[in-house]
Amino acid sequence: MDMVNVTIDGVSVQVPSNYTVLEAAKQAGIKIPTLCYLKDVNEVGACRVCLVEVEKARALAAACVMPVSEGMVVHTNSKKVRDTRKATLEMILSDHNRDCLSCIRNKNCELQTLAEEYGIRKVTFEGVKSPSVYDDKSFSIVRDGSKCVKCGRCVSACKKQGIGVLSFLNRGFNTSVGPAYDISMADAPCIYCGQCIVACPVGALHEKEETDKVWAAIQDPSKHVVMQVAPAVRAAIGEEFGLPIGTRATGKMFAAMKRLGADKVYDTNWGADLTIMEEGTELLNRINNGGVLPMITSCSPGWIRFCEFYYPEFIPNLSTCKSPHEMEGALIKSYYAKNNNLDPKDIVVVSVMPCTSKKTEAAREQLVNADGLKDVDIVITTRELARMIREAGMDFNSLPDEGPDQDLMGEYTGAGVIFGATGGVMEAAIRTVADILEEKDLPEFEYKAVRGVEADIKEAELTLGGKNIRVAVAHSTAAARKLLDAIKDGSAPEYTFIEIMGCSGGCVCGGGQPQVPAQKLMDIDIRAERAKALYEEDEIMPQRKSHKNSQIDKLYKEFLGAPNGHLAHELLHTTYAKREIYPDSVLEE
Amino acid sequence: MDLFRAHVLVCCGTGCTSSNSAKILEQFEQQIPAQGLEKEVKVVQTGCFGLCAQGPIVVIYPEGVMYYRVTPEDVAEIVSEHLLKGRYVERLMAPKHDGAQAAEKTSANDSNFFKKQMRVALRNCGNINPENIDEYIAHDGYQALGKILTEKRDPDAVIQEIIDSGLRGRGGGGFPTGLKWKFASGNRGQGITKYVCCNADEGDPGAFMDRSILEGDPHSVIEAMAIAAYCIDAHQGYVYIRAEYPIAVKRLQIAIDQAREYGLLGENIFDSGFSFDLDIRLGAGAFVCGEETALMRSIEGKRGNPTPRPPFPAIKGLFGKPTILNNVETYANIPVIINKGAEWFASVGTEKSKGTKVFALGGKVNNVGLVEIPMGTTVREIVFDIGGGIPNGKAFKAVQTGGPSGGCIPASLLDTPIDYDNLIAAGSMMGSGGMIVMDEDTCMVDIAKFFLEFTVDESCGKCSPCRIGTKRMYELLTKITDGTGTLEDIDALEEVALSLKNGSLCALGQTAANPILSTLKHFRDEYVEHVVDKKCRCHVCKGLTEFYIDPEICKKCSLCAKKCPVNAITGEVGKVAYSIDTTKCIKCGACIENCKFKAVKKR
Amino acid sequence: MGKQKMTPEEMSAKLDEVLSKYKGQGQKALMATLQQAQEIYGYLPLPVQRKVADALDVSVAEVYGVISFYSFFSLKPKGENAISVCLGTACYVKGSQALLDKIEDVLGIKNGDVTKDGKFSISACRCVGACGLAPVIMVGDDVYGRLTPDEIPGIIAKYKEA
Repeated sequence: MDMVNVTIDGVSVQVPSNYTVLEAAKQAGIKIPTLCYLKDVNEVGACRVCLVEVEKARALAAACVMPVSEGMVVHTNSKKVRDTRKATLEMILSDHNRDCLSCIRNKNCELQTLAEEYGIRKVTFEGVKSPSVYDDKSFSIVRDGSKCVKCGRCVSACKKQGIGVLSFLNRGFNTSVGPAYDISMADAPCIYCGQCIVACPVGALHEKEETDKVWAAIQDPSKHVVMQVAPAVRAAIGEEFGLPIGTRATGKMFAAMKRLGADKVYDTNWGADLTIMEEGTELLNRINNGGVLPMITSCSPGWIRFCEFYYPEFIPNLSTCKSPHEMEGALIKSYYAKNNNLDPKDIVVVSVMPCTSKKTEAAREQLVNADGLKDVDIVITTRELARMIREAGMDFNSLPDEGPDQDLMGEYTGAGVIFGATGGVMEAAIRTVADILEEKDLPEFEYKAVRGVEADIKEAELTLGGKNIRVAVAHSTAAARKLLDAIKDGSAPEYTFIEIMGCSGGCVCGGGQPQVPAQKLMDIDIRAERAKALYEEDEIMPQRKSHKNSQIDKLYKEFLGAPNGHLAHELLHTTYAKREIYPDSVLEE
Repeated sequence: MDLFRAHVLVCCGTGCTSSNSAKILEQFEQQIPAQGLEKEVKVVQTGCFGLCAQGPIVVIYPEGVMYYRVTPEDVAEIVSEHLLKGRYVERLMAPKHDGAQAAEKTSANDSNFFKKQMRVALRNCGNINPENIDEYIAHDGYQALGKILTEKRDPDAVIQEIIDSGLRGRGGGGFPTGLKWKFASGNRGQGITKYVCCNADEGDPGAFMDRSILEGDPHSVIEAMAIAAYCIDAHQGYVYIRAEYPIAVKRLQIAIDQAREYGLLGENIFDSGFSFDLDIRLGAGAFVCGEETALMRSIEGKRGNPTPRPPFPAIKGLFGKPTILNNVETYANIPVIINKGAEWFASVGTEKSKGTKVFALGGKVNNVGLVEIPMGTTVREIVFDIGGGIPNGKAFKAVQTGGPSGGCIPASLLDTPIDYDNLIAAGSMMGSGGMIVMDEDTCMVDIAKFFLEFTVDESCGKCSPCRIGTKRMYELLTKITDGTGTLEDIDALEEVALSLKNGSLCALGQTAANPILSTLKHFRDEYVEHVVDKKCRCHVCKGLTEFYIDPEICKKCSLCAKKCPVNAITGEVGKVAYSIDTTKCIKCGACIENCKFKAVKKR
Repeated sequence: MGKQKMTPEEMSAKLDEVLSKYKGQGQKALMATLQQAQEIYGYLPLPVQRKVADALDVSVAEVYGVISFYSFFSLKPKGENAISVCLGTACYVKGSQALLDKIEDVLGIKNGDVTKDGKFSISACRCVGACGLAPVIMVGDDVYGRLTPDEIPGIIAKYKEA
């Protein structure tokens, strides 16, 4: 890349010629404020907060989209720049619901931070607010238009996901963001991946909070509360308490969860190990019995909804396995209840997930058992868990390191842990399937070809037990779209097994994970950093293959029988159904 | 070709079509054979003559007699009197003005309306049948393109010719056209996809120059676009035109089809190896799409949101490819520059603004219509000489140019010679060429509010200063016109205006405050009157106007009281003069409309 | 209105014809597709949007986003007689706002609405370019110029009978 010389506020820097002024300033150690900018997602120059003065230019320029050029001289701190930025901020605030104290993003809001940094003490230009919608009808996502700053980060994030359920609507002052007709997210073909939420700089999009329900269950003496936590949560929850991105906070997380007062705290990794047993067996059955191939994983509820809405023709390819926390929930209300002499009706299963789509998944009619009980009762996100920890008054960082409860469903392997990163389910499955097909305990079991975030579609070809197995891994629904289209038009090779995760990077970057300010995302790929924490945990686990989980072994022997057996089928497998996109009924009141 | 002794030209522009010129054309086509004149007289439907207020217009050559406000019933008389007997129909020869202005009989060439004009871009409008390519060719059409292609002229030399002519963009910004072409001309002959686009999304309220050119002379635009394409090595063009202009769209499509048929569009034009084709893209009612980046996004099928520059369209434009985008009037000048030379073109106009400019003259002026003047003509000449002054003996107050991006020029600046720079210095801008005349009855605060309402409506909503700032300015103006404004509101207006100017993403937002800033500059006293004296001197702002009945004039007929929707008027028929209860009055104006004696007044 | 009313089946067939012309062209064909669809239906209801989205492989929200951006596109059916009042500058200074007020008054509906019997709808439009006739209204394709508010009831009455 050619280099160019630019001078910013008197500081000379040499930067690649494809840099923007914003990036060059960062290199020069100068911070330019941003609001609508989100690296690689939303680079549009719309909010006008990052305006700078470029010498010889006719007008102020948006630093986030202004390319550098040789000899460019930039001022980021002139009176004109400061005055304009401040007036612009005041205008944005004049059309913003400023109930900051009761906002879910209080103290974690990019607009609030800007208002503080710019010393906004009053909003001069008060006037009417633009029309907005408050929508909390879905199980997963709440849309509060009164907080929306029309930055477009969610629209771009949704588009980047290859879904486009959010769009700018209307124009001018009446511009809003939402699905067609501004209908509820509950009626739109939304997969609830929550990427819009993590992209939102303010409180206009957030998860539907359910912490009150969890507190109520804990406080109810007639309820037996079992909490479980997904692998990806440990890779990010530390961020909520000021720890660096990528910190593995497993020990403190379990310590905190136990102190919240649940009757039992488990790790969904146990359910992940079980998933491998069921899914691996299902795969081998499909291979051996001429079943539908490629088989595609079913752990990611965002991906499942995507398939049901947009690629229903692939429903027969979906593994019938429930996702790990649903499997674990089903067994808590059967196996665990039986062992502890509990009436399943009294058990409340709470899943702590990095995911907003899991909230809607838990409400699926296919995941309600014969007695009318849901496998999982409440799903909260990583962010909600952090809020509960704060509300309980705990000092997270000084908690001791602890683990999940060890009885019955407490053990897990490294294979379960890596479920939280893209390629993890695939790698965990291969670790087990390879041992079965080769009929030995293979010493080499790290499949690095399916790891990593550089490519959105990864492939590998293996020969196991004389069988040629071709696998692919896609992360983000946009990648899924690409892969499925290639399968449809015949340009893809014949895959045996495919892992698809709804979010780029996998669960570690799910829609329920901590929001990272856009400025921080300029320097760091959180997908890779958070994944590192999981691979680190994998490496230190005594067992790293799911079939070596002794409690799972015991489960089959004492309760379920064989993998894919009759009871396993009843408890651990599910069905899917095509969904209509914008049926006419969405417009009926 | 048959030789005709007389030609009857019937204006079929949108203005005249709206007042029934199609029927007139039909009548001529029936009446002429009825009098046995079909071998001697030819009827031609043409584009706009310019004098729209007096339409429908019929011109008869060789005499050049112009008939105004012709009705279908008049046709028989024109045919039997003028065409058969050679006697002019005098009663149709005087322009009809709203006021009691002295009317003069005119022929097409010597009226004041035409005398001070110089028709370059409009050269063929009203003179040829726009639906017949042969007529364009007969008027030197496609000669410029033919010369360039058959002589295999160096594209750079052609671009240089355009640069030397001093032609600047007629769409508003005034960027030198030749330079635009030059920036897009890199890497010719390397198979790079490029586009040539024409901006015919004329959105300024009160401007219809581009429409008239496309209706009256569509081939001039096609020819120019082909020349531009040759210069930068592009092979596809698009004309982005308002869907609200059905006649222009139809005539342009006919012209494109005819040009294709004649081999003037398509593969291997003039056997030169150069290929170029053209398609129409319809706009869908968004003023912002007149902004070049928004226009291109719209062609791409997206919301018409402007995108930041750089990258400039010449480097990365339509579909990410190098693109030239010029306005209709700009293109209409190109063939003339090639035919007559850059030097000729540069000899017209002022030092920094060359050539002519077309204005759509409208509002409170007698000769509403389309005028083309050499740059440097004064505002006074346009309004009073060409425009024939203000109707009904009212006093001139201001002229608004540049539409919602422009400003108002007061009487003190009437002698400003019009060019790009002078208009900006006067607080307005050239814009695309709308020129609205305002008289003493026009409230300048209300006019500012009118433009802001337009901008609020038309802001795309992408960037925050424009999305919110235009609304806030409109709210402040509403306060002021309602009578609840304060002096602080005027300061706040100026503050928001400045931040919009500095902070907005595109020209729409950057200039949105101009109608306010220019009226504040020249008519600040009217603003102050609104907020301090709570008075609107023009009685336009309802909140500041009171209705009353002059008891001296009132004939006690009770009609006003009957028509009043809120029973605010009381009195007794024949006995007690009627009066208005101002606390009940909603100022709907029903009483004023219905009073036959003009007894209801405003104060 | 001049145009013959099509049956729903005819409209659907006509739309399919349009869509087959643009199918697979993606977003760049969106404007033209919507314009032609609106020509068929008079407006752009959800089922039409769904079909367009499907044919061009763009999301329904995106299609709606484009429709709601451009004032030419309509989500509601227009009245049999669509009245548009020009609010361009030339017409405005000559009193077109009073015409609009009068029409609203006479029809008892607001700008942007349709009368209950579906006979009339009102919209304010930007300059139609007939500035010489200012102030101007259009009823369907008929242009009325140099109007005063008291001429409005008569004009509307003409269409009421039709």
